[in-house]
Amino acid sequence: MGTVNPQEQYKQLQNKAEDYAQARQEKPRILIGTATCGRAAGAMQVKENFLHELDKRNIEADVIEVGCIGHCYAEPLAIIEKPGFPAVCYGYLDEGLVNRLVEDFLAGDDPSYEFALAALERNDVFPTFEDFPRGIHEEKLILENCGLINFQHIENYIGSEGYSALALALSREPAKVLEEVKKANLRGRGGAGFPAGIKWEACAGAKEDEKFVICNADEGDPGAFMDRSILESDPHRVLEGMILCGFAIGAKKGYLYIRAEYPLAVKHVQEAIEQARENNILGDGILGTDFDFDLEVFQGSGAFICGEATALVNSMEGKMGLPESRPPRLVQAGLRGKPTVLNNVKTFAYVPRIVKEGADWFKSIGTPESPGTAVFSLVGKINGTGLVEVPMGTTLRQLIEEVGDGLPEGREFKAVQIGGPSGGCLPESALDVPIDFDSLHDAGAIMGSGGLVVMDQDDCMVAVARYFLEFTQHESCGKCTFCRLGTKHLLDILTNITKGEGDRETLQLLDELSEDIKQGSLCNLGRTAPNPVLTTLRYFRDEYEAHIEEGRCPALVCRDLILYYIKPKKCSKLCNVCVGSCPTEAIYTRDDGLKAIEQEKCVKCDNCRKACPPEYDAVIKLSPPVLPEEKGARSK
Amino acid sequence: MSNQVTLTINDREIKAGKGNKLLWVALENDIYIPHLCAIKEEPRPNASCRLCFVEIEGRDKPVTSCSTEVEEGMVVKTRSERVDRLVKTGFELLLSDHNLDCRNCPANRSCSLQVIAKKCGLKLRHQRFTPIERDYELDDSPAEFALDRSRCVRCGQCVWADRNEAKAGVLGFKNRGIDRIVTSFNDQPLADLGCNSCAHCVDACPVGALYYKQKA
Repeated sequence: MGTVNPQEQYKQLQNKAEDYAQARQEKPRILIGTATCGRAAGAMQVKENFLHELDKRNIEADVIEVGCIGHCYAEPLAIIEKPGFPAVCYGYLDEGLVNRLVEDFLAGDDPSYEFALAALERNDVFPTFEDFPRGIHEEKLILENCGLINFQHIENYIGSEGYSALALALSREPAKVLEEVKKANLRGRGGAGFPAGIKWEACAGAKEDEKFVICNADEGDPGAFMDRSILESDPHRVLEGMILCGFAIGAKKGYLYIRAEYPLAVKHVQEAIEQARENNILGDGILGTDFDFDLEVFQGSGAFICGEATALVNSMEGKMGLPESRPPRLVQAGLRGKPTVLNNVKTFAYVPRIVKEGADWFKSIGTPESPGTAVFSLVGKINGTGLVEVPMGTTLRQLIEEVGDGLPEGREFKAVQIGGPSGGCLPESALDVPIDFDSLHDAGAIMGSGGLVVMDQDDCMVAVARYFLEFTQHESCGKCTFCRLGTKHLLDILTNITKGEGDRETLQLLDELSEDIKQGSLCNLGRTAPNPVLTTLRYFRDEYEAHIEEGRCPALVCRDLILYYIKPKKCSKLCNVCVGSCPTEAIYTRDDGLKAIEQEKCVKCDNCRKACPPEYDAVIKLSPPVLPEEKGARSK
Repeated sequence: MSNQVTLTINDREIKAGKGNKLLWVALENDIYIPHLCAIKEEPRPNASCRLCFVEIEGRDKPVTSCSTEVEEGMVVKTRSERVDRLVKTGFELLLSDHNLDCRNCPANRSCSLQVIAKKCGLKLRHQRFTPIERDYELDDSPAEFALDRSRCVRCGQCVWADRNEAKAGVLGFKNRGIDRIVTSFNDQPLADLGCNSCAHCVDACPVGALYYKQKA
């Protein structure tokens, strides 16, 4: 290696980071989660509120933007660190609450625990996140810094031992990095679970001078936001993983392919790259060694198919983002025909700790075949929406009931959709499946990128399958026959079923066509597109049958199979709310003063049902759409 | 090492040059495998028509022969229950988006779809899938030929010929998914874009999408 010991160089960076941290210790610090999820919930306004209140009272405190801590359900969030108190996280912030916290806690000395979610460090007064069921299951390997450090300054990452894996690796041989990653059996977190070490090894062995490292951050599944949160909250971790990969395989250049719809992630990564360059962590002669490596952001233009590896490379080369048949694999001929390693954001994010703490440590977490953790974005009918990281092998039931705190009151679990449009819907009976690549595959779903949507009795499984097919059909590139035409026909058949059209043969065709698309398609978009159909057919066949045989949608979702009806026994003559809520004037007052709906005018917008006061609860949906017989009702 | 490999296709022992693709080796030995998009001169196969499936011993599912290199000792079957099922579905899918008025088609009797139907015992009519309704404009601007997209199977033969043989660069694909079509820059009539009527694209078209006007 080079003339300077990289560990020595790193020590200097660490000293700098320590000075940086020390200079900031005296004042209270307010960390506000301003990742995309926080901003959507109003975090920037909360930040303004804090600044305003502090200014008004002349309190000296640092207001700092951090990323996503994962508790998205309680956004906007802030962590207050005041010397003499444990750091405490507050949720559901608004102007009034900010006012109160500044007044009572920062000006006074009352931490207002009644508004706190949890403390971040052990203390005698208030429980920490680890004391709740979610905290007991969670094990944060790659999310450890998310929402806790200020990503805008590299010193914070270095202060939490960031880039120490790089310094360690650079003082050894590249083969050592490769060996650890391979031994750790780190499987690709993009969804398919291909071992990263085997990929890297193939690329390292390729006899070419030029090689590339690409990070796939073209996250596009509906309901998935893991990669976005990591890039926004802790970008340096991903950079470090990529640099380590570059070192291991002998590449000098890497790209982060980030979709342009993630402007905040793009910005944070670009700033992180700048700072890494300034600190000799990127560029020529990294940490004083003779290893050169640089990174660049490539913004994807938003086609879902560009998350497919060969399509991604085509789009980087300025061609249409269409997949290619493999072989050759990317490790043989990837970007510009050169050997290329392409991995997901999360895969790279694991690498620094694997290098630092060793393969055995990594394998001690999770299951033997799928070591490590899984990161999920929990959404849908679940209390604890947000970003969670649990060891592989945790069951879906634990994830939903304990980590996600179950379904809101009155909601009955029906299915969990896992793996996005390429994944499947699993029923109650499959909830004890442990989360790992192989078990989920056997159940008909896939790990996918980690989106997890919980559904309840109000979700129609045919409509859900149709929704995902609409997505994949729209996102199909159209290159190959099975995906271009097959998904179109699948969608048409499903649309017909939501209208009650079809028979037993339709279901059989749905099944056959799905299997053939799976076998026949060119790339993984097509090969996995039928999964939502196949799993719903397998686990919720009765719902399909209800649609076509009885013209009934059990979840009362499919518009063609429902009608709205006002129950005369519950309706009140004194109330007119529904009449005003109807955009098409379909509701009229009957001769007896009660309300009724003129079916021809009704567009089934659900406004009247929502508007009807809970004490009456008179508006209901009926399926099949047949009006009950009624005495004295005016026919219209 | 020899540059030849010996493989078995449908119980026949065949010698072939190393690096060759299975599809072409079979065809050259008079073993039929249905195909539309394959181009022998193109090193990276398009592999988009998804009709040339074969079974290879030791592989867990059928593979496209256009993208598979021959290997020493490879044992290949061009027909099997699984292969036939995929070919049938693929073929039916293509027909569901194809103007099936063969009698009035200039490619009648020379159409690759007809050849596939005959060789594979498939029917040239709509079966399981409802035909997709389309509204295409006919481009008959070139002097000698015309483009009728209602017959196009998106095989890409014309685009390849236009770029690699004619070196004209007039034709290309646009749009995504079900809307993918062969077209010209900004959908302008071919004749307005420097198409010199060399007709390489017409000769390349396996169906009647690009055709000589005199034949119609």
